[in-house]
Amino acid sequence: MQRQIEGSLAIAEAVALCRPQVVCAYPISPQTHIIEALGAMVKEGALDNCEFVNVDSEMAAMSVAIGASAVGARSYTATASQGLLYMIEAVYNAAGLGLPVVMTLANRAIGAPINIWNDHTDAMAVRDAGWIQLFAETNQEAVDLHVLAFALAEELSVPVMVCVDGFILTHSIERVDLPDQDVVDRLVPPFAPRQVLDPNDPVSIGAMVGPEAFTEVRYLAQLRMRRALEVIPELAERNADAWHRPPTGLIHPYRSIDATLIVVAMGSVLGTIKDVVDDLRATGVNIGALGISCFRPFPVNEVREQLRSATRVVVVEKAFSIGNGGVLSTDIAMALRDRRVTVHTVVAGLGGRPIWAASLRALFVNAAEGTLPATVFCDLNEELVERELERMTHDRSSRSLARRDRAE
Amino acid sequence: MLSERTPVRFYQVGSFAVGNRLVELERRSAQSDPRRANSLSSGHRACAGCGEALGARYALDAAMRATRGQLICVNSTGCLEVFSTPYPETSWRVAWLHSLFANAASVATGVAAGLRATGRDVVRVVAQGGDGGTADIGFGALSGMFERNDDVLFICYDNQGYMNTGVQRSSTTPGAARTATTQAVGPQPGNAFGQGKDVARLAMAHEIPYVATATVADLFDLESKVERAMSLHGARYLHVLVPCPLGWGTLSKDTIALARLAHETGIFPVFEAEYGEVTSSVPLRHRTAVEEYLRPQKRFAHLFDKSGAVTSPDVVARIQALADRNIRRYSLVPDEDQ
Ligand SMILES: Cc1ncc(C[n+]2csc(CCOP(=O)(O)OP(=O)(O)O)c2C)c(N)n1
Ligand code: SF4
Ligand SMILES: [Mg+2]
Repeated sequence: MQRQIEGSLAIAEAVALCRPQVVCAYPISPQTHIIEALGAMVKEGALDNCEFVNVDSEMAAMSVAIGASAVGARSYTATASQGLLYMIEAVYNAAGLGLPVVMTLANRAIGAPINIWNDHTDAMAVRDAGWIQLFAETNQEAVDLHVLAFALAEELSVPVMVCVDGFILTHSIERVDLPDQDVVDRLVPPFAPRQVLDPNDPVSIGAMVGPEAFTEVRYLAQLRMRRALEVIPELAERNADAWHRPPTGLIHPYRSIDATLIVVAMGSVLGTIKDVVDDLRATGVNIGALGISCFRPFPVNEVREQLRSATRVVVVEKAFSIGNGGVLSTDIAMALRDRRVTVHTVVAGLGGRPIWAASLRALFVNAAEGTLPATVFCDLNEELVERELERMTHDRSSRSLARRDRAE
Repeated sequence: MLSERTPVRFYQVGSFAVGNRLVELERRSAQSDPRRANSLSSGHRACAGCGEALGARYALDAAMRATRGQLICVNSTGCLEVFSTPYPETSWRVAWLHSLFANAASVATGVAAGLRATGRDVVRVVAQGGDGGTADIGFGALSGMFERNDDVLFICYDNQGYMNTGVQRSSTTPGAARTATTQAVGPQPGNAFGQGKDVARLAMAHEIPYVATATVADLFDLESKVERAMSLHGARYLHVLVPCPLGWGTLSKDTIALARLAHETGIFPVFEAEYGEVTSSVPLRHRTAVEEYLRPQKRFAHLFDKSGAVTSPDVVARIQALADRNIRRYSLVPDEDQ
């Protein structure tokens, strides 16, 4: 059904359609509307056989989800930013225990300085936790990915995190096609857990594993994760057939077939990037784009295939590894390590800074002309930075710092 | 003569060790029983004389009896978890889940919620952990579970320190006790006084249906408290004092004697409370001076000289005063002038 609806509410509706059995709620912007909506649905009886638990922290949210999932209940929670970091130990634990929890991450910057606006630093902080990480480009895709996430998580016994740009998607109202309940019931069958805590067949879950088997445990986790690269396109095709929309696969190529310059990004910024691509194509620049919707596991082969015509790749990232550089860029560079391709990083949109089409356009033109530096901070306020460096040279305690910065 | 199907019941003549002496034969705690769940079975790697292993074995078997085996157990990180489940072995014969150090109470909430949502709430939930996982790092989760009145019995096995990591201070370590992080050096050796948490009283402040304390010296009392707890719904809390030979510097054979002394001195009050009100306490049968409890423990060795004479009378007096306050607070010597 087509609805004009806020992103958060659309996600809540999609989650409800998947019939979660335990929903754990702890507020943090920009995720809060999702769990508020689910709370109301449970309270008014619109969601059968669902326990809505108002927990005392995000650590408790993920832990309640772990306990519920271990007894075979479909479990869901949502968080962002500081909340994700607060639960990080349990995030790793859910993956290690192979529990198919689904979580929405309304991507938000991490403090200090505290900042409630969008970027991808939170998702990157749990990149290696053993969760499947899917990034939505639009609210429609966010809905579709949530339905896919439950089926995927339970098929593989791996937790899935659906990343949705905070505010940009969660708080924007647009038209979304919500699937019918009978369709979702077909796509997301009842949860049949791999291993379950059952008094009539008692098992011990969460034993201590030493050096003799730890590597093997991790190796098997890697195999299971990589399996997702086959399962995701299958589920996406099947779902797409059911609701007559294009599939939410591993990647989204856009006018990239013969492009020599390809821009890679994740999430909602792809909309702006595609506009700029169209614009530059019209002026004769041989440019295309590639959206990564499955970040973990990383679809190396698909990325290689789609970037085969590229001689230059610009990765637009809403996060970076302080002291090094782009995070997605590193994965892209690894995927292309046997090719003569120049990979640039454009760090953009940190802490919610708008990413203007004009700014991207200028950077892509530079890239096409071969003048783009290896790493650029989009729309950096040079004047502010200069002023601060100037101040620091007069402040004895930070003088050496300022000097080093300038030297680099 | 004992047939194969006859339970062997504790009864130690001339001692109060197991607390069976005053109950009729058929109600006495069984040491071995062919029908016993053996939730924590033999072969685990606890130190000899580990109070925590003993406490967990009796508490969980009592819970298994009370629930006819329909039980799921959640365990926080700590000695109990480590000594029972070195991969690929497990000592647990109960459905058992270990997640993390801080989150046992929350995981148990999730188990209970999951069971309810899937229509299996005849299965009951026990969460258990050490004093660190209860009073310190897990306290927020525990308090949240209490406040929501989730249908979980949480059992704390209090050995008064972070034993699994090598005997560091926790917020239940008593004043003056030596640990690896409160060493017996300097002008005030051992742990500071006036800090720490009394988790049973904090649990009572949440006004949950049931709070009780017990020791491994009185297994009958421990079992009946677990049974009482399992007969109720909502959040319940049981705090069990479990001496730790390694951390306390005591002999393996003295675990039960020390647990008994902790009670008989008033240092560890044994009581029950419902909805925030104390409903019963176990009186002292042989009121004993605290120094008798302290002297056998190496963690208090700095309070005594080699001959066992008290060298820090002010510190011992301070501990005695705390014990006397417990005796008054919980009416542990009924005829004493209140
Ligand atoms: C978050 C976290 N911090 C620290 C540890 C290390 N650690 C493991 S067990 C333990 C001590 C456990 O103490 P307690 O809960 O009292 O149980 P005990 O071993 O004494 O029975 C500590 C500090 C950990 N596993 N996780
Ligand atoms: S260190 Fe203490 S608690 Fe741990 S196994 Fe040994 S006796 Fe038991
Ligand atoms: Mg301890």
